Amino acid sequence: MSVHYPALVVVMPVVAALIIAILAWVHPSRALPVAVAALAAAAGAAAMMLVRVLAHGPFAYHLGGWPPPVGIAYEIDHLNALVLAVMAAVALINLLAVWPQAEQRFAERTVFFYALYLLFCAGTFGILVTGDAFNLFVLLEITSISGYALIGLGRRDAALASLNYVFMGTIGASLYLLGIGYLYLVTGSLNMADMAAILPRIQDSRVVTAAFIICMTGLFMKMALFPLHGWLPNAYSQAAGPVCSLIAPLTTKTMIYVMVRIGLYVFSPQFTFGRLDLARAMVWLAVMAIVFGSLTALAQTNLRRMLCYVVVAEVGYMVGGFWLGTRTAMTGAILHIVNDAAMTLCVFLVVGTIGHQLKSDTFDTLRGAFRRMPWTMAVMVVAGLSLIGVPPTCGFFSKWYLLGGALAAGHWGLAGALVFSSLVNTLLFFRIFEIAYFEPVNTGNYGHAAPLRYAEAPPAMLAPMIAAAMGLIVLGLLTGEIVTRLIAPAIPAAIP
Amino acid sequence: MTPVLSVKPLLAILLALGLPAVLVSSRSANLREAWTFGAAGAMLAVIASMVPAVLGGACLEWTLVSILPGLALQLRVDAFGLLFALVSSSLWIVTTLYSIGYMRGLQEHSQTRYYCFFALSLAAAVGVAFSANLLTLYLFYEMLSFATYPLVTHHQDGEARASGRKYLAYILGASIGLVLPAMLMVHHLAGTLDFTAQGILDGHAGTSQTAALLVMLVFGFAKAGIMPLHAWLPAAMVAPTPVSALLHAVAVVKVGVFSVVRVMSGIFGADFLARLHLGTLVAVVASITIIGASLIALSQDGLKRRLAFSTIGQLSYIVLGAALLSPSGLSGAMLHIAMHAFGKITLFFCAGAIFVATGKKYISEMKGIGWAMPVTMGAFFIGALSVIGLPPCGGFISKWYLLMGTLEADRIALLFVILASSILNAAYFLPIVYQAFFCSPAESRFERRMHEAPRWCVVPPVVTALASVGLFFYPQPFLALARLATGALLGGP
Repeated sequence: MSVHYPALVVVMPVVAALIIAILAWVHPSRALPVAVAALAAAAGAAAMMLVRVLAHGPFAYHLGGWPPPVGIAYEIDHLNALVLAVMAAVALINLLAVWPQAEQRFAERTVFFYALYLLFCAGTFGILVTGDAFNLFVLLEITSISGYALIGLGRRDAALASLNYVFMGTIGASLYLLGIGYLYLVTGSLNMADMAAILPRIQDSRVVTAAFIICMTGLFMKMALFPLHGWLPNAYSQAAGPVCSLIAPLTTKTMIYVMVRIGLYVFSPQFTFGRLDLARAMVWLAVMAIVFGSLTALAQTNLRRMLCYVVVAEVGYMVGGFWLGTRTAMTGAILHIVNDAAMTLCVFLVVGTIGHQLKSDTFDTLRGAFRRMPWTMAVMVVAGLSLIGVPPTCGFFSKWYLLGGALAAGHWGLAGALVFSSLVNTLLFFRIFEIAYFEPVNTGNYGHAAPLRYAEAPPAMLAPMIAAAMGLIVLGLLTGEIVTRLIAPAIPAAIP
Repeated sequence: MTPVLSVKPLLAILLALGLPAVLVSSRSANLREAWTFGAAGAMLAVIASMVPAVLGGACLEWTLVSILPGLALQLRVDAFGLLFALVSSSLWIVTTLYSIGYMRGLQEHSQTRYYCFFALSLAAAVGVAFSANLLTLYLFYEMLSFATYPLVTHHQDGEARASGRKYLAYILGASIGLVLPAMLMVHHLAGTLDFTAQGILDGHAGTSQTAALLVMLVFGFAKAGIMPLHAWLPAAMVAPTPVSALLHAVAVVKVGVFSVVRVMSGIFGADFLARLHLGTLVAVVASITIIGASLIALSQDGLKRRLAFSTIGQLSYIVLGAALLSPSGLSGAMLHIAMHAFGKITLFFCAGAIFVATGKKYISEMKGIGWAMPVTMGAFFIGALSVIGLPPCGGFISKWYLLMGTLEADRIALLFVILASSILNAAYFLPIVYQAFFCSPAESRFERRMHEAPRWCVVPPVVTALASVGLFFYPQPFLALARLATGALLGGP
């Protein structure tokens, strides 16, 4: 059993999705336990793989027993073991938190929500474990298509937002495929390790350069890097709450992981950071993403849309840290993949819960929220502090490495943008806290203040949310362990 | 100093940190306040129990968690930190007593929330005192910023909201915008953030770099109220008076100056700053604040605002003392943390007692109040004497050391700054007392009949006023701790 963990992580959600699709006709009420069991098993397998990598180092799994480069290999190393463990936990916690909402909101369509949810997770987990560049594209499409459908389940304008996302996402994925196609042309292989061995010998080739740029551009579209972020705010703000808190933590972060994987392990660091002048331009693009995302977030009057632009800024953090190309900054970027997934889960869970309990997520709805939903708002405070970057929450520590890397490299632009974004986040979150803390509730009762109606979420929704908030602090306190035992071995020695 | 492993510093912090959990679950107000007393008393006992060991030359250490490679969340109790923790925790007990009288007297809302965040603030302040490195200090510093926000904005009205914004904008803007990058630069240059007796930057940074870092760190700890980053303090006076008393005369603002002094001695090192002549830079900034704040205080009619500007000036005494880089100056700075705390908290208590008894906030309305509230105004007089620095009050001792420090450092100009400020202090405090007692019955706004505040609003200022006098005659253990700390940092007074 234990040798099959890499496959189980992907196969279990897929099989469970099929079972649920069949159950839809027979026992719709059984769908939830199946989904939870499948995700719990996947998370368990991910945790076991993390333990194994920590104990014995990286290992590979050959699907169907076919050795690479012919067969598909799933390669587990420090990098993806870490990211996978967190992502699997995020998916599980989110499902545990949102199912009561989903059952109310989607009614008889809930089973399909569960099936799509599992397919989305299977695709994401697959992207994280696969060592095959084409298999990655297939899994990317599974993720994307189930993502489009999930977003389409949302509000009135969700179909339009989803269609927009389909266009942008498809272009991005196609560019990735095109890039991989070029690489296949020159290397004759689709296995990442195999490609990595061949590419240094032919890296002067223009085809390789073109493949690199096209592939990366596709990924930038999928990760919503400014100025290719247009699809994200609409898609996320139109999606239903339970969907949003799944897609927001997983999608962009997974794509950043792919960028790290391709940039470090398919192409060599020397090629990625040295051969083209791309790296410098990318850092500046990231600076623009951070500044743009932060400023645009300030202009929003809707909680969810505000957070969407915060996500756009956070993408800039990771892209900037990665393309700086130093060990410290890279550590920060990888650490931020993990931390940002947890933080995004937390804030979007809160927003989803507020939207569900108070029926709206504009700032006006938040008036008096500290009295109406004290626990939910407490989670919001922790998540907000983490996004601002206050120790001992995890957001501080990734910012520590990113900012430290930027300062050490003498990149004042990125350092300035990171500090600026922290300050703007302070403004963003304290504006919300202020509204929720000070504003008298406008009940429309002819201007007379009515007693606040307690509107806290049920414990079933609260408990996972509080666990996620605690997770932010635990992740923060574990930073030393994560960095020395997982991220340091994951960064190639060639990076100074 | 011999490091000794001890869980006591952690215990002291946890006593206050864990208190909210108990408070939220206790239903009755009496029980809630009993718990607060219990925690405050236990905290003081734990902190006081560390005094003999520290005076014996030990420093108590406890590592919480190794949070980054080579960088731990670590607590270390040395003489300076212990001095500050001792002041904060002993005054917490008195303030709790006062809070009961004040909050019940005015029937304030959300009292449980108030006591919870008060406890968190104290935990953070003691955490700052016991921090062994800059990262730990930053953690507790930020925790204090957030924990005091609900206290400053306790009234939840428009004024509180505006002040809360100003408070956060100054404090967080400076700490995220200046301290955080400076801390990372120090870590990059020196490879560590531990506070050591000689500093860690010597040999790792050039003159201009050091100057830039010093400016960032001195101004970055905006809680110290160094001009031009002082405007949050008068604004924060909208808070209930016990908050102003303990947090904005003792814990919060002293955390600011404590951090500045700690960074100057533990990160830069006195020798290193002296060699680069950077002490002068800080001394000039502090002198401007001392004189400027005293002049502004003269023109304030709101009693709490006048006290706030007085605090801004007095805080810079401490910064100035440290910037002298001379043994007596540094001892004076450390002592002033304690002496000013006892004096200023008395004044705030009195201001609150006046407000509870009469509803008066403005000095111009207080003519003749001495006849109605003789005990309160008597305590006010003693507190004022202490802050001015006249015997027989504790403030005299710290000011004496500060003056000695200017002579040792051979800076006569700074001697005159302190003397001029003392005259200004007298000019803005003594008329209040004078008018309270010496005015014709026609001028008096009060009937000549005793009308004191409730008992629990009057006893605490009397206690702290007596303590101020007591500290003049017996300034231990603060003097011993300050001299010990100075000895460790400068190699003997």
